[in-house]
Amino acid sequence: MAIKVGIPRGLFYYRYYPLWKTFLEELGADVVLSDHTNKRILDEGVKSCVDEACLPVKVFHGHVLNLKDRVDYLFIPRLTSISKDEYICPKIGGIPDMVKNTIKGLPQIIDTEINVRRSHKNMWKAVMEIGSYFSDNKFQIRKAYNKAQKVQDMYDGAVRKGRLPSDILNSFQGDNTNFSLIRMDENPDRMDVSLNRADVNPNRNDVRANHGSMQRGQSLLNILVIGHPYNLYDSYINMDLVKKLRNNGVNLITVDMQDESTINKKASFLNKPMFWNFGRLAIGTAMHMLEKGNIDGIIYLMSFGCGVDSFVCDLTEKRVKRMSTIPFIVLTIDEHSGEAGMNTRVEAFIDMIRWRKKDESNISALR
Amino acid sequence: MKVTFPHLGNLYVPIKAMLDDLGTDYVVPPFSNKSALELGTKYAPELACLPLKITIGNFIQAYEKGADTIIMVGGCGPCRFGYYYEMQREILHDIGYKMDMIALDIPWGNYKEKVAGIRKLAEGVKKLAGGWNINKILKAAVNTTIISKRMDELESLSFKVRPREKKRGTTNEIMKEFRNKVFSTKGSAGIKKLIEYTEKKLLEVEIDNNYKPLRVGIVGEIYTTIDTGTSLNIQERLGDMGVEVCRPVTISGWIIEHIIKGGLHLPRDLRFAEAAKPYLGAMIGGHAQETIGNSVLFAKDGYDGIIQIYPLTCMPEIVAESILPSIERDYGIPVLTLIIDEMTGEAGYLTRVEAFLDLLEKRRESKAIEGTTVLSGN
Repeated sequence: MAIKVGIPRGLFYYRYYPLWKTFLEELGADVVLSDHTNKRILDEGVKSCVDEACLPVKVFHGHVLNLKDRVDYLFIPRLTSISKDEYICPKIGGIPDMVKNTIKGLPQIIDTEINVRRSHKNMWKAVMEIGSYFSDNKFQIRKAYNKAQKVQDMYDGAVRKGRLPSDILNSFQGDNTNFSLIRMDENPDRMDVSLNRADVNPNRNDVRANHGSMQRGQSLLNILVIGHPYNLYDSYINMDLVKKLRNNGVNLITVDMQDESTINKKASFLNKPMFWNFGRLAIGTAMHMLEKGNIDGIIYLMSFGCGVDSFVCDLTEKRVKRMSTIPFIVLTIDEHSGEAGMNTRVEAFIDMIRWRKKDESNISALR
Repeated sequence: MKVTFPHLGNLYVPIKAMLDDLGTDYVVPPFSNKSALELGTKYAPELACLPLKITIGNFIQAYEKGADTIIMVGGCGPCRFGYYYEMQREILHDIGYKMDMIALDIPWGNYKEKVAGIRKLAEGVKKLAGGWNINKILKAAVNTTIISKRMDELESLSFKVRPREKKRGTTNEIMKEFRNKVFSTKGSAGIKKLIEYTEKKLLEVEIDNNYKPLRVGIVGEIYTTIDTGTSLNIQERLGDMGVEVCRPVTISGWIIEHIIKGGLHLPRDLRFAEAAKPYLGAMIGGHAQETIGNSVLFAKDGYDGIIQIYPLTCMPEIVAESILPSIERDYGIPVLTLIIDEMTGEAGYLTRVEAFLDLLEKRRESKAIEGTTVLSGN
């Protein structure tokens, strides 16, 4: 029987699942995912984790509890750094230790450190270490990783063209998950078109199809939604923000849809370069979008107690206020957030943008 | 140019000595106080950690006393502290305080960024010293390090004397006298003499040699453990209650281990990292590894209890907090975690500390009885 490896559906699942899944399956392992976040997972996570941690970390604990009795190994790599000279976040770097010391009766954890802060070569070291749990054949591990990287590239490409990770990942559930299908359900002609305007609304028709309940005659709003992937794409913890926005006629633009080299250029205005991967991407994306000037508003989704966001959000807000008049809202989520409050804020924000669009042009030029 | 700097426990002593030696004009901000915290809370992001808020308050209060330039240090993550001076610059800019920032930052990044970083650092040093008098700068740097080391030794001596003193309050009076005198003392030579004098006075305090105090180790985030204004004077208060405290994370330790040895790639004292290894396998930023490692060392050393202190939302310490129960279980040592933010109430905080000390006292008593008596049932 194949070895069962559990991947908790939390934190960097939304970013690297295709890579991890393909890699582990190529090495002959069975990948088991935890359930979609639900009340039980959230409650158990909150109960087991320390109070001060942020919501995504608590939810991650819930996912581990959900998985632990069903698998032989738990795949929780220590993600110290995924880009040169940058870190992710202390909590994510310490998550294997948090889990190990909080939850009892765990299967063995694959907690290999991934740290490419100094050199990208460390990635291969980590890959070999993870692979050695399943195979002694270095060549096979290398081959498996190369294939996994290709699938991940495809996934990243699809995200960059404007598809949300949650949409892609959700449409590949079940036993027969094959990420190479990502490319097939997209029309190649359309992809060429979207390449030229990759970062804004690649194919309006598709987007419009998502807005079932959108009112007739409403124009589509382009809103930049900044948020960590694990908050933005987990529809349970953000109380279906994506769907809510789409129903209100919003075309979501996210940080993951941007081309990284453009973002890097835009983020370089900072006096001191950011040492958080997400911080650089977030602030770079905001600057890029402000310069292009085709967004109607910015929503910053953060979880309560997020250390990185407390700084990045404030810096972004300051810049946006200085450079433009684009509306900016911060939505904070934690385990006590009520859906009604979230709805009110989102709706008020969107109404405000629409009224502004409608009414501000009515003001007489002769004042 | 009138320089100011943030408060961090006794950091003002070595910095004052350094600026005296360099002949730079400066303002020591008022000791971290309530209105500094209120100012910081008003202007800093809501979810930022407490030290940022207090330092913002320090700067505004110093500005009102005439300061126009700030000295800050930086870092390269992943702890938020590394980005402090940028945040402070942005915040002060937005609320209209025109202050220059001399950032002494470790150069990092790619080659180009490193060169730019070194240039910036050199410019900062030049501005501070008012020229390129290498001799003067080196001397000041050496003296600053020595004074901060002496200061920390003085402090840990006071931790040992305070619980054992026969007349309560003697140590506090000596330390208060030091605080008052240090402001009127100029230059590193004078301050060194003052430290020596205070040390002698502390050694002369009449102590009870038979008294065996409870021993408590203090671990946690560096700012909240070191800065007495922020931690509600926990170290003095514990001492007054007859408890000996030990706090391994110090300013001089940070300067010597982190900046000097780290910067020059010299071998560092990594006993804590070794001890932390079974619980926390890697450096995750801040002082999480120190917290875990030192807790293990305290437990092995036979301490009665550990108090962890950190500001709300501190990322590395949250990881440490979730690991500490394992150490508590493995070594049988009680741990109390205190989290500080602008809403912390003194009374609630002290109640918890007192209850914790009662627990430690009872544990010690029952341990002492354990070996000598036998339960009647056996």
